[in-house]
Amino acid sequence: MNKLDNFKAGFIKENPVFALYLGLCSVLAISTTLNNAVGMGVAVIIVLTVSNVIISAIRKVTPSEIRIPVYIVVIATLVKIVEMLIQAYATDLYGTLGIFIPLIVVNCIILGRAEAFASKNNMLDSLIDGIGMGLGYTFGLIILSAIRQILATGILNFSNPFTSEMMFEVRLIPADYVISLFSTPAGAFLTFAMIAGALEAYKSKASKKVKEVK
Amino acid sequence: MAELFTLFITAVLINNIVLTRFLGLCPFMGVSRKTSSALGMGGAVTFVIFGASMFTYALYHLVLNKYGLQYMDLITFILVIASFVQFTEMIIKKYSPALYKSLGVFLPLITTNCAVLYVALDNIKQGFDLIETIVYSLAVPIGFTLVLYLFSAIRERLDLSDVPAPFKGNAIAMVVAAIMALAFGGLAGLV
Repeated sequence: MNKLDNFKAGFIKENPVFALYLGLCSVLAISTTLNNAVGMGVAVIIVLTVSNVIISAIRKVTPSEIRIPVYIVVIATLVKIVEMLIQAYATDLYGTLGIFIPLIVVNCIILGRAEAFASKNNMLDSLIDGIGMGLGYTFGLIILSAIRQILATGILNFSNPFTSEMMFEVRLIPADYVISLFSTPAGAFLTFAMIAGALEAYKSKASKKVKEVK
Repeated sequence: MAELFTLFITAVLINNIVLTRFLGLCPFMGVSRKTSSALGMGGAVTFVIFGASMFTYALYHLVLNKYGLQYMDLITFILVIASFVQFTEMIIKKYSPALYKSLGVFLPLITTNCAVLYVALDNIKQGFDLIETIVYSLAVPIGFTLVLYLFSAIRERLDLSDVPAPFKGNAIAMVVAAIMALAFGGLAGLV
């Protein structure tokens, strides 16, 4: 398998969110607006990439009995740094993401990639893997958030997280026809189930095609 | 007293950790196939959340706060939780090998159950005193166990029904969770 395939798999077939069901907690909780999704996605990409590189760098000096506590300390330190940076420079984002920033520590994707990939591969591969998986996660998050935001409010907008200045805003559904259910927890579960089902249907169709060709 | 009761009911039913806060979803999807393992998981999570919260509460107020090390909260808390989970795992392995087997990989994964870290952090963030911390750290896992048990009972029934092929497995479970979240949403006016 070459590097590009590895990188692409994270988007659709092995999307960490919809296909592997990793990191669900934060995905369902903060996917109400596009802003939250992008903010959270970027935070996860940074933590995942840096932690992958550091863990790969120390993989030879880490005794395997205590590797999990070591990984967790590395990840927790990075998350704390990212949390403090967000609190200082993007106060609005900090307000809406709240407790879900520290909870990145227990996001299964990060520890999962540390254990499954970074602990066995060199630093460059781990860097690429971190970026790819992080982008796949962000991609899933953005899709879910955009659907929920459009259905629940009819508006899709994005504002600069550092200055709170509105960058674009479009109304796609008239205000009389919005379904506010989609901003509630039930809407989150339902949207997620629909996307996961659709992805599964797409995958089984694709594998059927491959069989017919053979 | 009334306030403590309100805190308890709110944490169990209204702000249920799984259905409105979306925490602890990994074991919620993973060990909800059988009611017996759901109860075992609920018990283990209750023990870990309560024990770890007590420990982190003491640690924060007696050590971190005293010496101005509040920024170390994440790192120390996660280590406390990880050791506590290891401890629970050892106890269960010794006294109930059957339960140990049925919980499988999800037992060490309690460390990365966001509900545990959430309760530890939330106790500090909300500024709870000791009694409120005790009530809150019992109420949250009770809510978790309740929902996990109900959900596993539904899934046992679901195994026998005819589900459209792409929705088999986790996707239909999510639909069930959505309906449960709607039902729990109805309890919002309780307090």
